[in-house]
Amino acid sequence: MNLTLKIWRQNGSSDKGRMVTYRVDDVSPDMSFLEMLDVLNERLILEGDDPVAFDHDCREGICGMCGMVINGVAHGEQKLTTTCQLHMRHFKDGDVITIEPWRAAAFPVVKDLVVDRSAFDRIIQAGGFISVPAGSAPEAHSVPVPKADADAAFDAATCIGCGACVAACPNGSASLFTAAKITHLSLLPQGQPERESRARAMVEQMDAEGFGGCTNTGECTAVCPKGIPFDTIAQMNADYLRAASK
Amino acid sequence: MKFRRRAQQENAQQENAQQENQGAEPAIAGHYRVGDPIRDTKAPEGPIEDRWDKRRFSAKLVNPVNKRKLTVIVVGTGLAGGSAAATLGELGYKVKSFCYQDSPRRAHSIAAQGGINAAKNYRGDGDSVYRLFYDTVKGGDYRARESNVYRLAQVSVNIIDQAVAQGVPFAREYGGLLDTRSFGGTQVSRTFYARGQTGQQLLLGAYQALERQVAAGNVEVHTRHEMLELVISGGRARGIVVRDMVTGEIETHLADAVVLASGGYGNVFYLSTNAKGCNTTAIWRAHKKGAYFGNPCYTQIHPTCIPQSGDHQSKLTLMSESLRNDGRVWVPKRKGDNRAPGDIPEDERDYYLERIYPAFGNLVPRDIASRAAKNVCDEGRGVGPGGLGVYLDFADAIRRLGREAVEKKYGNLFEMYERITGENPYEVPMRIYPAVHYTMGGLWVDYDLQSSIPGLFVVGEANFSDHGANRLGASALMQGLADGYFVLPTTIGDYLAGAGSFGPVDEGDVAEARKAVQDKIDKLLSVNGNRTADSFHRELGRIMWDYCGMERTEESLRKALERIPELREEFWNNVKVPGDAEGLNQALERAGRVADFFELAELMCVDALHRTESCGGHFRAESQDQDGEALRDDEHFAYVAAWEWTPEGPVLHKEELNYEYVKMTQRSYK
Repeated sequence: MNLTLKIWRQNGSSDKGRMVTYRVDDVSPDMSFLEMLDVLNERLILEGDDPVAFDHDCREGICGMCGMVINGVAHGEQKLTTTCQLHMRHFKDGDVITIEPWRAAAFPVVKDLVVDRSAFDRIIQAGGFISVPAGSAPEAHSVPVPKADADAAFDAATCIGCGACVAACPNGSASLFTAAKITHLSLLPQGQPERESRARAMVEQMDAEGFGGCTNTGECTAVCPKGIPFDTIAQMNADYLRAASK
Repeated sequence: MKFRRRAQQENAQQENAQQENQGAEPAIAGHYRVGDPIRDTKAPEGPIEDRWDKRRFSAKLVNPVNKRKLTVIVVGTGLAGGSAAATLGELGYKVKSFCYQDSPRRAHSIAAQGGINAAKNYRGDGDSVYRLFYDTVKGGDYRARESNVYRLAQVSVNIIDQAVAQGVPFAREYGGLLDTRSFGGTQVSRTFYARGQTGQQLLLGAYQALERQVAAGNVEVHTRHEMLELVISGGRARGIVVRDMVTGEIETHLADAVVLASGGYGNVFYLSTNAKGCNTTAIWRAHKKGAYFGNPCYTQIHPTCIPQSGDHQSKLTLMSESLRNDGRVWVPKRKGDNRAPGDIPEDERDYYLERIYPAFGNLVPRDIASRAAKNVCDEGRGVGPGGLGVYLDFADAIRRLGREAVEKKYGNLFEMYERITGENPYEVPMRIYPAVHYTMGGLWVDYDLQSSIPGLFVVGEANFSDHGANRLGASALMQGLADGYFVLPTTIGDYLAGAGSFGPVDEGDVAEARKAVQDKIDKLLSVNGNRTADSFHRELGRIMWDYCGMERTEESLRKALERIPELREEFWNNVKVPGDAEGLNQALERAGRVADFFELAELMCVDALHRTESCGGHFRAESQDQDGEALRDDEHFAYVAAWEWTPEGPVLHKEELNYEYVKMTQRSYK
């Protein structure tokens, strides 16, 4: 199939940026979206143009490095799918596809489709952990965890930190990302001692990074490639309130 | 890389003559020479179960006040590097951690699916530290160091404790206790898992511990930084030269010790299950500065990957080995049978693993399962495009357990398969084919995980240790975390206790390392030819897969050793790298990595050529028994091949392997 791509090009964070149109011919339906961009970039290099910069690594939907807004939707329209796992069989000959970076105040553009998501690391630094130095752990079976709790914790823990939730949110909020970690750890017995301090510190860091507040629009969970449940945000708010009211 | 140095030739000729007398293939003239054997691996003597305790007691300690004055660089933030950096930070060292991704959480350990082994014996099914040790030595086809493997099995139980305490949400039974499953090459159920995302959950545990140390001020993380050179001063590893991938700036970072945890080099094959960015540059630079490279030819071809769909393919995706617990592998009995799988009746299917290996069935080790798939495809019985695939069928499991139970166990893997292939594995059997997955080879290390360069430690997949010639499933996560949480933090202390005498780093040494980096970048940018780095990489990968892949012969390897230098020369004369060295330039990053893959590829082929036996993942077609199984040659090859880089070509140092506990036998899974 032959496609027209409109891609955001921006040479560094101080550049204004613009959309540039490219044609890509003979795209196979079995290609992944990123493989289609590889083909474009190979051509641009040989033509002496600057290839399109984009982040990617594992290309199997788990590292969370890739991410672009495709036709206005973070990671594209296919549900529960990262950009690298999106395949061209979901497009058709003659399609015009717009490709843009995550846009959020807290994610400055580095180049083209590459953005700086280091704010996420700083939110984790604020408290997204259980303090247990290596070697100090008790025997694994000393604390049984009800299966339902372990499963629910897992559902939250599956977040890949890609940032689609922020890109989709009209407020540029990182609530789903932050709530996923808070929920994961607060559902487990091991996470209880630091439960309140964690919620307070992570929420405060999230605000300090310039992410917007949550107004329950739910766009985040709709684009989340891992289907992080929306009610994790309620869990976060509950934990935060509990901490703040003390 | 031809050997020309006269001075040491005598020694080599002697060795060669000796080998010929012993009836082994003579050393491959011109490709390498033989140096002194490695006599001391620093493993303590005595009963194997006491050795790690002995080493821990004999290792010198650094007092807490001094730890704060000592800097350790850790390159890579996967399970090994992330856990090492976090633990060293907890101990009070000043740690500088580096990764090429935008966050430490992205390292490719995250993609490990199936699980992590540990000798907990929670099932009461006869498991023990000794059995895990035994299985690993046997699974590695008797090419691993016994002392290291025993220690690995010992600390495996601590890893599970650590991960649970960190909040890793392992699968649990209804009673709240941890669930386990079986993996290839074992008959006990010792694999702990978190659905099909065990690597992700363990890595996030290590990442969170690391970020906690960042917050505590003990660790500095430098993301989007790529190590391009090692700084050696006074004979010790004292720092690294990195490129800031965002600004393009070349930076020097100095330390008292350097830890490489930069992962494996499977991407030398271009197509592999590794992440696109995985590369050999960090360990290859260290190798060229004097670190021996152990067993480079030992690569693992994983039997259950999604087959390639066309030339555009940029990487291959693994389907966890855990699927072989419930999936049955088969091909049609008849050659060229093009019927849809559902139309092929039971008695016209060949469940070849169950037929050939009745004791282990679908759970034979990876090397055996991969080669068996290749054999049936070579016979013309493969399925799917190009006949390069076999079925992995869940129909029986769905009938036996119900769709819901299968979904619970493997749901995310089934979804991933459907996303990539457009086929629904609940209804149509999966198609799978072997793909490069893991490299058992890596920088040679002693019992302390120290390389042949003092002060350079190597952990995780980047080192050669523990897995011998074949790694068992769910053992990579175990080794990475054993190295990072428990082994390195102890052994590096013994080295750092002597830091008072290291002295300052010589400025000339730093300048030399920086110049090497700058020269290479300038050269890559100046060629301005007609081919992209990726096109060279693809061609190199094809050579490696065809001639140094699942099956190797003297002829194929010699062919590779002709083609690789030719292609490398073309690369340096005809590669086109756009842009400049300022700022983000992903094409420049890739070209630098491909340049190093070329050199590594050649060493892999030399190693594969010299090892005329078959063992584990290294299958030399000339060395097989009457059933086509790998045939080892213990008399001549029961050693680790540790290669030293010299400008005149590689020099082989042999570390003899002694088996005091596990008796060497031909592996049988029948």
